[in-house]
Amino acid sequence: MKRISHPNQLNEWKEEIISNLPSYRKTVVISSGTCGQASGSLQIIDAFEQELEKKDLKNDIGIKITACHGFCEMEPNVIIQPAGIFYKQLKPENVPEIVEKTILQDEIIPSLLYEDPATKQKIEIQTEIPFYRRQKRFLTDNNFKIDPTLIEDYIANDGYQALAKVLFDMTSEDVIDEVIASGLRGRGGAGFPSGRKWKFCRDVRADVKYIICNADEGDPGAYMDRSLLEGNPHSVIEGMIIGAYAIGATEGYIYCRMEYPMAVKNVSIALEQARKYGFLGESILGSEFNFRIHIFKGAGAFVSGEETSLMASIEGRRAFPQQRPPFPAESGLWGKPTNINNVETWANIPMIINKGAEWYSEIGTRTSTGTKIFSLVGKINNTGLVEIPMGMTLREIIFDVGGGIKDNKKFKAVQTGGPSGGCIPADMLDLPIDYDTLAKAGSIMGSGGMIVMDEDTCMVDVAKYFLNFTQEESCGKCVPCRIGTRQLKEMLTKITEGHGEEGDIEKLQDLADAIKSSALCGLGQTAPNPVLTTLKYFQEEYEAHIKEKSCPALVCKELIVYFIEPDKCVGCLLCKQSCPVDAISGERKQVHVIDQALCIKCGACFDVCPKKLMAVSKYTGKKKEKIIKQSSQKKN
Amino acid sequence: MENKIKQSGNRQNELVHILHEVQERFGYIPPERLAEIAKKLNISESEIYGVLTFYKAFSLEPGGEHTVTVCMGTACHVRGGQQITDEMERKLDIKVGQTSADGKFTLETVNCLGCCAIGPVVTVDGKYYSHATMKNIASILKEY
Ligand SMILES: Cc1cc2nc3c(=O)[nH]c(=O)nc-3n(C[C@H](O)[C@H](O)[C@H](O)COP(=O)(O)O)c2cc1C
Ligand code: FES
Repeated sequence: MKRISHPNQLNEWKEEIISNLPSYRKTVVISSGTCGQASGSLQIIDAFEQELEKKDLKNDIGIKITACHGFCEMEPNVIIQPAGIFYKQLKPENVPEIVEKTILQDEIIPSLLYEDPATKQKIEIQTEIPFYRRQKRFLTDNNFKIDPTLIEDYIANDGYQALAKVLFDMTSEDVIDEVIASGLRGRGGAGFPSGRKWKFCRDVRADVKYIICNADEGDPGAYMDRSLLEGNPHSVIEGMIIGAYAIGATEGYIYCRMEYPMAVKNVSIALEQARKYGFLGESILGSEFNFRIHIFKGAGAFVSGEETSLMASIEGRRAFPQQRPPFPAESGLWGKPTNINNVETWANIPMIINKGAEWYSEIGTRTSTGTKIFSLVGKINNTGLVEIPMGMTLREIIFDVGGGIKDNKKFKAVQTGGPSGGCIPADMLDLPIDYDTLAKAGSIMGSGGMIVMDEDTCMVDVAKYFLNFTQEESCGKCVPCRIGTRQLKEMLTKITEGHGEEGDIEKLQDLADAIKSSALCGLGQTAPNPVLTTLKYFQEEYEAHIKEKSCPALVCKELIVYFIEPDKCVGCLLCKQSCPVDAISGERKQVHVIDQALCIKCGACFDVCPKKLMAVSKYTGKKKEKIIKQSSQKKN
Repeated sequence: MENKIKQSGNRQNELVHILHEVQERFGYIPPERLAEIAKKLNISESEIYGVLTFYKAFSLEPGGEHTVTVCMGTACHVRGGQQITDEMERKLDIKVGQTSADGKFTLETVNCLGCCAIGPVVTVDGKYYSHATMKNIASILKEY
């Protein structure tokens, strides 16, 4: 195949690809993104290859290797098409049985099916699993169908059709009007209307303009951008080319975080292919439009996700943020007008063009249209990526899609928006999620991380965790952020270590407010949010730490003890052997005892004690003091 | 490397890219290379020093034979990532950022590897280990 130099050729190519598709009786779709590979998907692929070879089924049964399907907890998993049978958490040993029974004899293997934690029912078909059924997978549906290293797969699924439409049937104004009418808002954090941002940049006169795709995905716990780039890189690239046409840019950058090697790889392959077939470069699809995209690998700094820092980083400098205005639309990369959008924002564009703004704006809420991908992680049953229409309530997301809290524990809070966001408590579970409701609750949408926390999570510890994060990631350019976040972190550390004093809560509040109003960039301005929201919704937990020197969630090391319950311990030696500091004494079949003076509270004994015994407990407050006293008396 | 520098001419915009290449090739940025890079890019050595110390990706000292990285992202944190780091520090008898006495392991942390659903996550030389526990750390290290 040579360069495509006319939309008709694109359609001919598409027809050709579709008519040449091998007519397999069945296809095994294997998800093999980063999570998949981390869980052993490569061995599963090998096992299927070998088994099909051995049984001489290679011409009859296909294997399709895709990236992430989103249900990462169940990796490695496969879907057997066309029936759509879903098998989870596979081991290579399972493969011969799958081939023999399911593929050759249409027999289901119950032990490999997903079991709904709520109903205990086994579910055969992937689309009927509640995790998937409640989603609206417009952006992520192609992740089931596409081998990201094959541009043909993208073309066969209507790839680059939106680009052809834009280049030949629409003016740049039309494109911008369509994006404005869709109501699309930026998926990278602040939720700025994308069409309006494009228009600003379009309206600036300049010889050179740039487009940037922000793939720095710094929010720890969010990974939808990784999944899109790994699983369907051409959709992001197509979105960028359309944006470039609308704005009048000739060059673009994808700034991808270095912690995502597979995303960097798949994007690089996709760029190469797009150039080869004429979707990038000179005279795209035979039109008069020229556009190039480069990939830039980040170097491990959270602040470089902030747009002005990101541009400094591309220029080869330290990723320091800059005062805005001027906004990047006027003066961005190398002082030229620049439009930057997040990965997911770009991925929405081809869909908006293909299906139209009217269709798009019907999804979601009035002020937040479309779907949003959330990463549902933490103490939740169905962890993974979920794409849902804006406006779904937290309860639906966490309990219906997410299957509720792990081990039947109690839900305590959900953290959204990463280090810039906040914790939302249980009594706000019926909040419909969109940009505005989350902001009203004191948090933000951010990039879509949702970290679910149960009763065993200490909210003061969570605040400390985030402040530790922002303090380490502060670039140090402005004082409120550099000094302020350190002071916040030190105060939180003091409280979690049991040295909190009367008045600390007010001091935290004042300091947080001061940083919020005076920091230079978004990092500092939002860094206090985790503290402010936990203070607002979980003040009693702070008070317990400060006044009673106790950690109700039994997390803060300095405030708890581990204790072996004499009436439950059977003397199995497991904890004794696992203790890294030999703090546990006791012979086989005798009750074991922890020497509290030696204990470093690593939690190893708690983890290894068999679940059916649960002989190791944690205590805080007065009970803790009593246990320590008893332990030292016993020694003397 | 020589080639890369020549190609990039006088442009600072190649700096991060070049540093990545040098880091990948040597496992660190040998300080004696700075002058060379500075000359070729026509920027000052102190500018390069400023950039390379700003980013976590680059190091001026060689690391151990293997790099152990523990994820300290939020999702891994709520599933006990800190305990994993603590245990690694004890097992290797070093602190994060250091290399074990026998030169075998360098211990690092990272703020999210994007596999948050299968945490806590540990990588060794880029190989992923999911659902790390205090119990299985020893067997991970034993592989090397
Ligand atoms: C400290 C900080 C970190 C950020 N990190 C990211 C990031 O990792 N990815 C991202 O898309 N946007 C990030 N942003 C937001 C960007 O500055 C910018 O608003 C965004 O890329 C615009 O794209 P959008 O309009 O499509 O959302 C960050 C902002 C701040 C203040
Ligand atoms: S938080 Fe550890 S991989 Fe994302």
